[in-house]
Amino acid sequence: MSNRKSKNNNLIHAECLLQVQRTLRERFCHQSPHGNLFGIQVQYKHLIELLKRTAIYGESNSVLIIGPRGSGKTLLINHALKELMEIEVSENVLQVHLNGLLQINDKIALKEITRQLNLENVVGDKVFGSFAENLSFLLDALRKVPIVEDLISFDYGNCFNFLWTFGDRISSCPVIFVLDEFDLFVHHKNQTLLYNLFDISQSAQTPVAVIGLTCRLDILELLEKRVKSRFSHRQIHLMNSFGFPQYIKIFKEQLSLPAEFPDKLFAEKWNENVQRLSEDRSVQEVLQKQFNVSKNLRSLHMLLMLALHRITASHPFMTSADLMEANQLCSMDSKANIVHGLSVLEICLIIAMKHLNDIYEEEPFNFQMVYNEFQKFVQRKAHSVYNFEKPVVMKAFEHLQQLELIKPMERTSVNSQREYQLMKLLLDNTQIMNALQKYPNCPTDVRQWATSSLSWL
Amino acid sequence: MPPLEHVVLCREAQVSTLQSLFGERHHFSFPSIFIYGHTASGKTYVTQTLLKTLELPHVFVNCVECVTLRLLLEQILNKLSYLNASEGCSTEIICETFNDFVRLFKQITTVESLKTQTVYIVLDKAEYLRDMEANLLPGFLRLQELTDRNVTVIFLSEIIWEKFRPNTGCFEPFVLYFPDYSIGNLQKILSHDHPPEYSADFYAAYINILLGVFYTVCRDLKELRHLAALNFPKYCEPVVKGEAGERDTRKLWRNIEPHLKKAMQTVYLREISSSQWEKLQKEDTDPGQLKGLSAYTHVELPYYSKFILIAAYLASYNPARTDKRFFLKHHGKIKKTNFLKKHEKTSNHLLGPKSFPLDRLLAILYSIVDSRVAPTANIFSQITSLVTLQLLSLVGHDDQLDGPKYKCTVSLDFIRAIARTVNFDIIKYLYDFL
Repeated sequence: MSNRKSKNNNLIHAECLLQVQRTLRERFCHQSPHGNLFGIQVQYKHLIELLKRTAIYGESNSVLIIGPRGSGKTLLINHALKELMEIEVSENVLQVHLNGLLQINDKIALKEITRQLNLENVVGDKVFGSFAENLSFLLDALRKVPIVEDLISFDYGNCFNFLWTFGDRISSCPVIFVLDEFDLFVHHKNQTLLYNLFDISQSAQTPVAVIGLTCRLDILELLEKRVKSRFSHRQIHLMNSFGFPQYIKIFKEQLSLPAEFPDKLFAEKWNENVQRLSEDRSVQEVLQKQFNVSKNLRSLHMLLMLALHRITASHPFMTSADLMEANQLCSMDSKANIVHGLSVLEICLIIAMKHLNDIYEEEPFNFQMVYNEFQKFVQRKAHSVYNFEKPVVMKAFEHLQQLELIKPMERTSVNSQREYQLMKLLLDNTQIMNALQKYPNCPTDVRQWATSSLSWL
Repeated sequence: MPPLEHVVLCREAQVSTLQSLFGERHHFSFPSIFIYGHTASGKTYVTQTLLKTLELPHVFVNCVECVTLRLLLEQILNKLSYLNASEGCSTEIICETFNDFVRLFKQITTVESLKTQTVYIVLDKAEYLRDMEANLLPGFLRLQELTDRNVTVIFLSEIIWEKFRPNTGCFEPFVLYFPDYSIGNLQKILSHDHPPEYSADFYAAYINILLGVFYTVCRDLKELRHLAALNFPKYCEPVVKGEAGERDTRKLWRNIEPHLKKAMQTVYLREISSSQWEKLQKEDTDPGQLKGLSAYTHVELPYYSKFILIAAYLASYNPARTDKRFFLKHHGKIKKTNFLKKHEKTSNHLLGPKSFPLDRLLAILYSIVDSRVAPTANIFSQITSLVTLQLLSLVGHDDQLDGPKYKCTVSLDFIRAIARTVNFDIIKYLYDFL
């Protein structure tokens, strides 16, 4: 009887866990627009006001959203656009999403705008003289979309007044341009796209809102003078300005299951576990370490993903050990890992390079010098086991170059011999000594050589 | 299909990590995963085997093949459309920019079979992506966000992630490390492909000897497997001939050890090809005089050319102020202090050859050759042929007004061998060996 019950429990658990994985993965990996906004309420209000003014009153606006990577810029704009679209009046608002990574020059950008506004048929095979011509043609084409209901509701007396005060609102749709990776658009030739977009936002043709998202704080210095003067200099900064106590709260919220979770009992137990974790001392230490390195939510998500994949049917609730192991995985030194897998000969070469750096104070060396130093070690009677031929040592040296642990000072020219090319070592002394400690089966004489290059110590 | 543990050895932890990362088919996974580790540590093999065994829709591209952007993008799109090619052969897709790629990708993945599952794009040798267009790497890292589809991009590379990161930052991938194999693991994997005619213990003993010779130099699994396969016939020779039994380890060791040492100097360095090595083994000759690629006896130069080369070497490696001492019959008193002071680091043999003008070369040539040498076209054409053979190299531009400058690019061992053939003691004339 109890067997069946526990089997049932396991089944239920497995299904629940699948559901948990699904929800949490969606939250961590997929950046869904349903996430909560932490600490950026003010910026959100500012942005949504701006967008409403464009959509409802036909005002043209431009704004730059600036913030480091992972601070929530895309989240902010997606939230704002979602709320905007739910307002009734915004039925005819058009959105154009451009990305600096995809549209690498203005021609492609223009084609993309045409495609997103569904005006490919209208443009057809027309050839335009300039970018500005093309863009104004597109925006003119949008005017031909009449808004019939509005015309009917006015009587003729008020009609003229209305048209005078609101200009072209009746005959054209507001367009919202969202430019992701805005700093890449700045590198296009003459900044044509930006110039034209900002120009349109200043003149009263069509109501447009130009919203740029970028991670560079010095973006205004990159704009040309004529582009900068047409920009409204409105900036929204997202600076991850929360403190550690709020960080813990964010951790709790990110890990908790939402109220809509089907199995209420399991969700309650899970959320209680999360509450316990957030008060646990070792978990707080882990979070403090993570917070000190990087505040943004993306690294927190990575940590939680790493801890999440330990959840199985036999281990249904997360423990502090999971989080500590995840933190260790996150903060591994990758160069040390690579050094761990080198052969003994390659380690000897690295030690020879370390001694050269110590003696000659980081001046660049070449293979011949390293080989010379290595020979001094091999010449001692006990170490004749390392007496390899020069070409074999050269092959090991080239392997180190392939792994990018050493780097040539300048590009290889065909005429120079490889043995005499000057190189630099990209590991520093503490890294080498730490890696040697962890090196498996390190021969003692090599280890002693590493600590001192003198033969009688 | 045999279970995963038998196909993929010594990688249980990584397989389980990857499996839990992939999750269920319709779950979202991390937008990008970066796997790094030494060469031949199983990254490609494990990823491919896992994706094939779990039958997840995936596309595998090796970035070494893709010298241009178009090759890479078209390969991915064509392989992807091949995945759901239930409607027969589809036409080749043309894609020139990353923008088109994203658009076409969205089109292709709206097919029923690919819409609900996670599609995996595996980019092997991802370090070559850094040298392609600047928007490619950040674009692939964010592909899930840009296309708004359930796709994960997996990067496999030997180089660590810190060297990939672009200047203004990017979407950080999930970094996974594939540790190198320990010596026990290497033994296990190498003993796994023993030929069926011999027992596993016999082969394991052979692998032990092989690792004893090569492990300090090389830990690359591919190289070790190649060497094991090449040298095994030689190892079995005494057993085949009947001179020793399978358990006479000492005799077998004595037979194979010099052979393996020779292999390190030749086949390991690719001085001779593997087929040449196998032929040598069959002929059973003494592997004493192996003519590798860099053997000295390859180049048989005429008499004066040898002297020109020796003169060039002396000009490259001796500082110009010491010429008087070496090459004049009656040099005056030379102050010892300035002359003999030299640091070890500035030894010319460590720094490399220096360039010298043609006149200096001729001057040294006249002094070291016994008979009278006239500066005929013969001599000059020999200098040019030495440049073509890359024993000398021309420094600077071809049409310099003040005469050409050369540099000698041969090694000390080579020049000593040449000097020996003309009975010239070059060490006496080298400044570094005073």
